[in-house]
Amino acid sequence: MTLSFMDPLLALELAYWQETSLKVLLGLAAALGLTGAVVYLYLFKFVSFMQSRLGPMEAGPYGSLQLLAEVGKWLQKEDITPSRADKLVFGIAPAVVLTSTFLIFVVIPAGPNAVIADLATGIYYVLAVSSLSVIGILMAGWASANKYALIGGLRAAGQLIAYELPMVLAVVGVVITVGSLNLQDIVAAQASGEIFGWDGIGNPFVITQFIGFMIFLIAVQAELTQTPFDMPIAESELVAGYHVEYTGIRFLVYFISEFATAVAFAAVASTLFLGGWAVPESWGISRDAMHWVGPVVISTKAVILVGVVFWVRFTFPRFREDQLQKLAWKGLIPLALANIAVTAALKVAF
Amino acid sequence: MIAALAPLSFLAQSATGNSFDVPANVVFYIVAAFMVFAAIRVVTTDNIVHAALWLILVLSGVGLNFLLLQAEFVAITQILVYLGAIVVLFLFGIMLTRAPLGRADDLDNNMRPIGVAVGLLLTAVIAFALIRTFGNDSLTFEAYAGSQAVAGNNRTTALANEIFGPQLIPFEVLSVLLTAALIGAIVLARRD
Repeated sequence: MTLSFMDPLLALELAYWQETSLKVLLGLAAALGLTGAVVYLYLFKFVSFMQSRLGPMEAGPYGSLQLLAEVGKWLQKEDITPSRADKLVFGIAPAVVLTSTFLIFVVIPAGPNAVIADLATGIYYVLAVSSLSVIGILMAGWASANKYALIGGLRAAGQLIAYELPMVLAVVGVVITVGSLNLQDIVAAQASGEIFGWDGIGNPFVITQFIGFMIFLIAVQAELTQTPFDMPIAESELVAGYHVEYTGIRFLVYFISEFATAVAFAAVASTLFLGGWAVPESWGISRDAMHWVGPVVISTKAVILVGVVFWVRFTFPRFREDQLQKLAWKGLIPLALANIAVTAALKVAF
Repeated sequence: MIAALAPLSFLAQSATGNSFDVPANVVFYIVAAFMVFAAIRVVTTDNIVHAALWLILVLSGVGLNFLLLQAEFVAITQILVYLGAIVVLFLFGIMLTRAPLGRADDLDNNMRPIGVAVGLLLTAVIAFALIRTFGNDSLTFEAYAGSQAVAGNNRTTALANEIFGPQLIPFEVLSVLLTAALIGAIVLARRD
């Protein structure tokens, strides 16, 4: 399959700074577009059907303009800073959280060349920058001059520290199998792999690293502070946790970064375990076509995985704080370590 | 006139595309100046949480310096360990115990001269050790060639081979040291 009208576009030579700015703009558009799609699809529609309510049906045909209405509502609300708050830290905190989120998108590949920076240490970078959001959450909790915000911030920090470890350890299994931290290498290994000589679907690591995949998804659920891990923002106990004092556009920033992080982690999980942007090599789709098919494939996988996150969110009740810590330290981490040991032994044996 | 423009010669060099070391040096001095400023704010600020937040900027400057030295893996480790874990633990500990908003008057004391003396002594020792070890060694910078990932991966592989090969025993001894510190902390904190 060739797209001849694309040839002049593909042959275009761009300077490094032009290429980078173009990639950053497209990356931002993709991140925000997918976030909006996920919010509309799951938070408005999916959940309304699950809970039998007709809320988002009024704005536009079939409620399709609900998202615009919500954004407009938040933008025009008053931006309040509590009088006893630490104004500078209070103002910077949402930006720290949002930056941490957008930095994850930098290394997620969406096609053979469609990646902002193809870092050799790609997945390691993702784990490092995603851990920076905790700083923003602690800043927000402390600077708000509000007990509930501080308790929420501390709960969030304790939870995010506890669940970062199983997440890192779950990824190690994939890294051992591929022998590289680079996300393009991980995609290529799955596209060209085969299962006992059968190459019909490549070798997505969700099969060989199923334990790692499950641990990763549970850890993502906790990192996103979605139910059943939503103690940091538990409404019945803490009003809204660390962002209780935020209003207007600053609250909108937290809201966007929560769902953008969900999309980012879902895209990372799809890249690590579900084959990423690639389709199995045996299907014979040319590299040129993959420039266009790749982004669609990874977006679809990511949106479906975010659906799983929301499905769990609206199905399970909240954990208790001690149950949360016990699950991480006594359940997931030993299991992840065992997974690493078995993977390493098999890697050496074969 | 020509001599005055010499510091700008990197512009001409980067246009020809092979040398990266002059821009890298310029960025180093900017980052270094910023780190010194942030480090001074860490010890002079009158709020303990602000001190921890300034420390974040100092430590991310260290990460940027590792990036300038093309040590991608070490730079990311710096971010993951120091910013993502250690500073977060600082903030967590401070906020769990005592973290008043606004000025705190009990953060300062009259030990400044001793502090300055210790700081200068430490600087002298580190500078001596670095100059003695590295002298005039220089690093060859590789210009962007479209395959950074391959080169970076080779460097990360080389580092891993070194740690888990010839340096395995020191590496394991360090792990034992950390475990001992951890057990010590648990023993001290236990009430029963």
